[in-house]
Amino acid sequence: MSDTTLPTLDVEGWTCPAPLRDRPRVVMGHGGGGVLSAELVQQIFAPAFGGEVLAQMGDAAVLSLGGARLAFSTDSYVVRPLFFPGGSIGDLAVNGTVNDLAMSGARAAYLSCGFILEEGVELDVVTRVSQALGTAARAAGVEVATGDTKVVETGHGDGIYINTAGIGLVPAGVDLRPQRVVPGDVVIVSGAIGVHGVAVMSVREGLEFGVEIKSDCAALGGLVDAMLAVTPDLHVLRDPTRGGLAATLNEIAQASGTGVVIRERDVPVPPAVANACAILGLDPMYIANEGKLVAFVPREHADAVLEAMRAHPLGADSVIIGETVEAHPGMVVARTGLGGTRVVDLPIGEQLPRIC
Amino acid sequence: MKYIDEFQDPELARRLLDDIHATVTRPWALMEVCGGQTHSIIRHGIDQLLPEEVELIHGPGCPVCVTPLEVIDKALAIASRPEVIFCSFGDMLRVPGTGRDLFQVRAEGGDVRVVYSPLDALRIARENPGREVVFFGIGFETTAPPNAMTVHQARKLGIQNFSMLVSHVRVPPAIEAIMSSPSCRVQGFLAAGHVCSVMGVGEYPELAERFRVPIVVTGFEPLDILEGVRRAVRQLEHGEHTVDNAYARAVRPEGNAAARAMLEDVFEVTDRAWRGIGVIPGSGWRLSSKYRDHDAEHRFSVSGIRTAEPAECRSGEVLQGLLKPHECEAFGTLCTPRTPLGATMVSSEGACAAYYLYRRLDVPTTTTVREASPVV
Repeated sequence: MSDTTLPTLDVEGWTCPAPLRDRPRVVMGHGGGGVLSAELVQQIFAPAFGGEVLAQMGDAAVLSLGGARLAFSTDSYVVRPLFFPGGSIGDLAVNGTVNDLAMSGARAAYLSCGFILEEGVELDVVTRVSQALGTAARAAGVEVATGDTKVVETGHGDGIYINTAGIGLVPAGVDLRPQRVVPGDVVIVSGAIGVHGVAVMSVREGLEFGVEIKSDCAALGGLVDAMLAVTPDLHVLRDPTRGGLAATLNEIAQASGTGVVIRERDVPVPPAVANACAILGLDPMYIANEGKLVAFVPREHADAVLEAMRAHPLGADSVIIGETVEAHPGMVVARTGLGGTRVVDLPIGEQLPRIC
Repeated sequence: MKYIDEFQDPELARRLLDDIHATVTRPWALMEVCGGQTHSIIRHGIDQLLPEEVELIHGPGCPVCVTPLEVIDKALAIASRPEVIFCSFGDMLRVPGTGRDLFQVRAEGGDVRVVYSPLDALRIARENPGREVVFFGIGFETTAPPNAMTVHQARKLGIQNFSMLVSHVRVPPAIEAIMSSPSCRVQGFLAAGHVCSVMGVGEYPELAERFRVPIVVTGFEPLDILEGVRRAVRQLEHGEHTVDNAYARAVRPEGNAAARAMLEDVFEVTDRAWRGIGVIPGSGWRLSSKYRDHDAEHRFSVSGIRTAEPAECRSGEVLQGLLKPHECEAFGTLCTPRTPLGATMVSSEGACAAYYLYRRLDVPTTTTVREASPVV
């Protein structure tokens, strides 16, 4: 050591000076659940808010309060159209937040519900959405305990936006985090992927795919309970909403530092979804789901967990799609049906229909 | 659509691959012309399964990639105008023009809409008589007929507030340009099946004869591509150079007569610049003089926009098959799908993007790009 005194660096409150690359304004991709969304959070929100709990970056925050372990989550719902085959914005507003809590192992107990209504929207529509929301809450066993209403001028919203936040208790012995994933874990998905995204797209864009595709929107608390009853030692659960299965697998691969290998032929894609994606030039791996979960499970528990999932109505079509490996840490690789391999990357912004 | 699974059958693929392995005795370089085929080859790992003697060169067949920078800049200028509703297929929105893309125009208040058909744009024009509706008409012979029909309909129905920014390109002149290049390594072509379903195969025998290359009309599913490769390799091994239709379920020799008649009526052949390659004589279509009043370039006076490409981007060599994407020094470092230098890294059908998205395991880059996890 030299006698020279090194300057003390004050890193408190330091934030990365790098701007969001090339983007002076918000673009739709910032809400797409991919790279742009992550940059928005990491470069603007997280430095501004700080806090250890936020750094968990899970679907729900798990925090200790008065001796209890609480899961706490919030989500906003801006879906267009308000009603779609298999559900509505009211169903989503409950199930989305309930599922974010369920992915930390918690049963949702209470929700808050904030409505932002656009001037001119018919009260009948507000009533139908509210009734759908109430019905979904009762089905999920959660109580709407507090709420708020705001009205914005015509042209400033798509009729109805909803924000819900939820809290629930995390059972003792349950610790679901991507950091717990180790090489050799088994990756299970609870059923067909891409259904919700295609259902909404079919109505929004007026596209017909030969058969009606209904959203898989559902509350997953019961399915998670059935899985935890087999073993509390599940490593991580995620519901692959925005960005789809591909974004979820990448997120877990990166947070755990393991590689993920999936067998493409084992990923359950219903024919109607495959056909819709083929027509539009989209990849089902990136399409949003609202009633599915992905589980990373220790190999010794995989068969029992899979059996329990298949015994539950919302997990009847559960299937093992792959495993984690030491190779290519942080990267997701698909083994193709023909025997080749390819990287499954994070989406950058929004998936775009291809020209041909 | 019910046939998709059949055309991805691993057992049948294995048989085709065995046949190719058994047939090949020396190195051959084949070019798949179409970006859809490139995407399928990389996505399914087909190139990894072929004998190492068979090299697939990725051709200039992605319509998004080859749309010239100055056409993108014209689109940005038109889309920025307050009276305009600018309609486009989705994958054109992210293609960088000079300094920005159509997404940013939208973020700045421009009315830019993704449509799934040019007829959607025509409907928007009817519903918004007080606005100018412009459709971005790009692509090969596959997307040209519906675009032609839409302009024809606009004229027929008297929809004055509809116009089209046209940058259509044609495959056969591009094949001719590639084969005429002194540095060309291509020994056989997989012709784009969907282009041939419109145009037929009439333009190819002369090219096959003049350049002494087999041209095999090929589809897009894995088995289609393997069958196209199998037939091309067989011809090469036997010293043949004929036009062969390996996609007969979709392609008739004469093509689609009604579509071709529509093209004849609405478009006229013109020289066209290809991004990264340059001007190829007779390789494009523009609206014929009869439909000039629906030509957005004239309507919005953007004909004068001239733009140069960034010097670091070597997509021209990639599009001509002279360079593999990962052989470019900017690949995966300066140039990623997130920060594309050129269109081949933007479109999911671009060769560079396909390599980046699906092949980073095989192609180590000097800096591994680590993107952050999203909060879902």
